Amino acid sequence: MGILIVLIVIVVLLVMFVIGIYNSLVSLRNQVANAWSQIDVQLKRRHDLIPNLIETAKGYMQHERGTLEAVTNARSQAMGAKGVAESAKAEGVLGKALSKFLLTVEAYPDLKANQNFLSLQEELSSTENKIAFSRQAYNDQVLFYNNKIQMFPSNVVAGMFSFAKRDYFEIEDAGEKAVPKVSFGN
Amino acid sequence: MWEQIRANKRNSILLLVLMAAVLGLLGWIIGLSVSPDPMAGIFGLVVALIIWMILAMVSFAGGDAIFLAASKATPVTKDVHPQLFNVVEEMAIAAQLPVPKIYIINDPAPNAFATGRSPQSASVAVTAGLLGRLNRDELQGVIGHEMSHILHRDILFVTMAGVMLGAITLISEIFLRSMFYSSMGRRYSSRGRDSGGGQALMLIIAIIAAVLAPIMATLLYFALSRKREYLADAGSARLTRYPEGLAGALEKISQNTTPLSVANKVTAPMYIVNPLQKEGMKLSDLTSTHPPISERIKILRGMAGASFVDYSDAFKNATKHTTPIPSSALKQETVQIRSASGQPSVSAKNQQRNIGDIMFKTSGFRFVDCSCGLKMKIPPNYKAAQVQCPRCSQILSI
Repeated sequence: MGILIVLIVIVVLLVMFVIGIYNSLVSLRNQVANAWSQIDVQLKRRHDLIPNLIETAKGYMQHERGTLEAVTNARSQAMGAKGVAESAKAEGVLGKALSKFLLTVEAYPDLKANQNFLSLQEELSSTENKIAFSRQAYNDQVLFYNNKIQMFPSNVVAGMFSFAKRDYFEIEDAGEKAVPKVSFGN
Repeated sequence: MWEQIRANKRNSILLLVLMAAVLGLLGWIIGLSVSPDPMAGIFGLVVALIIWMILAMVSFAGGDAIFLAASKATPVTKDVHPQLFNVVEEMAIAAQLPVPKIYIINDPAPNAFATGRSPQSASVAVTAGLLGRLNRDELQGVIGHEMSHILHRDILFVTMAGVMLGAITLISEIFLRSMFYSSMGRRYSSRGRDSGGGQALMLIIAIIAAVLAPIMATLLYFALSRKREYLADAGSARLTRYPEGLAGALEKISQNTTPLSVANKVTAPMYIVNPLQKEGMKLSDLTSTHPPISERIKILRGMAGASFVDYSDAFKNATKHTTPIPSSALKQETVQIRSASGQPSVSAKNQQRNIGDIMFKTSGFRFVDCSCGLKMKIPPNYKAAQVQCPRCSQILSI
């Protein structure tokens, strides 16, 4: 009888322990998802801005069809990307195409003086900054979450309920530096 | 970051206790000087605390609203200055705080402040003079500084300490003035009232206390306000990852010679740079609310990275003093400085035009560009849907 009670107590404690870990894992996973949605909002905004930007530039940049198309293609690639790793890669390519495009713009003073283009450019560079800042927060969350599901004892619970590791949102170095250099020269 | 806030809270409480002690002592001495009865001392103490409590309650309930109104700050929508809104949103994301309310002060002097009791009810105000002068990176540096004040909970602290200082000053003023007038009155009244020697001594002590207490409270207040400024500079460098932005902004602000007309002695510590004093004057270290701008710029430009540790090292190099950053916030981390966004500085001629445009837009003017190249400023009380261009007489819709 005594042994039974001890066993029941142990089982109850164990179940409570598992529930506690499970709940903290769920809350961490939700925080990661929330941080990701912050980035996602900015990525969507970036994708929405590009067609307008290209449309405005088209009239001025007849001879830069290649550059414009590269941006448009990279955009559709990025929009079709599934999952964090793939989307990080596609966004990196898009960033590079955009910075090349904005470099070319320097040669077109008429376009640079266009008020509509200027305000689109401001929105775009702000969006790039927001992506960079929210990326930091997301990666911090992922580090915390991944540590938790790999460390004992929470890794046992994570394995039982198949909590999967999350990918970092890493834009490769060249892409990172390629945050468009925006020039507002008057 | 949490250590930072906790250290800040500890400092605030210590300072408030010290100031409360000064306040209570002042009330007690004044009470005793009026009458030798020990109850009079306690009565004076209670009156002093009641005055403080009333002021504190008013400032706690509506301090930010009063402050914004006193500075003539106008709430603005994004179309007045899209870049300002974008930069504030960026810094809010970097600091992981809600986006504060945004105000523009229609004044050509460059300055900025943040206010609000908690991050959820915070406001940021910048002057038109600041917006017109700075490029994107510099504006980001200034907003990063203000966002750090919000993040470190500096505003609550500055407000509470300011109220305490106000109460001490108020009580001293009332006492000294009443002394002055009653001594004038006494000349004409009978001198039959004989006050004992002890009472006369008490009176002299009270006068000395009433003169010294506001000075002491002010020095306490200013010392901690200066430390807050260094901390917010370090926070800005970390949030923007670009110390040169704030350094450039401070440099431009220090070149300005027009004082901010909406600022006064009480509101001065809230601004990013002291709106009342010019950098050219040699300030004595104890009595300034802000550290010298040249020193702040030197520290920011000496940073090897963008972390608090880098700021602390640069501070030690530049000033040879001990670091103002609490040791608990100095955790080793590498925050690399990012590259500039490549935006050129605004030329002096364009600065003036920008400032004018922003002031018009903040006052509700709408801008209409005519195809003949004329830019019309439509006043807010112009209600018609169309306007005729005065140069080419074209009819334009607004």
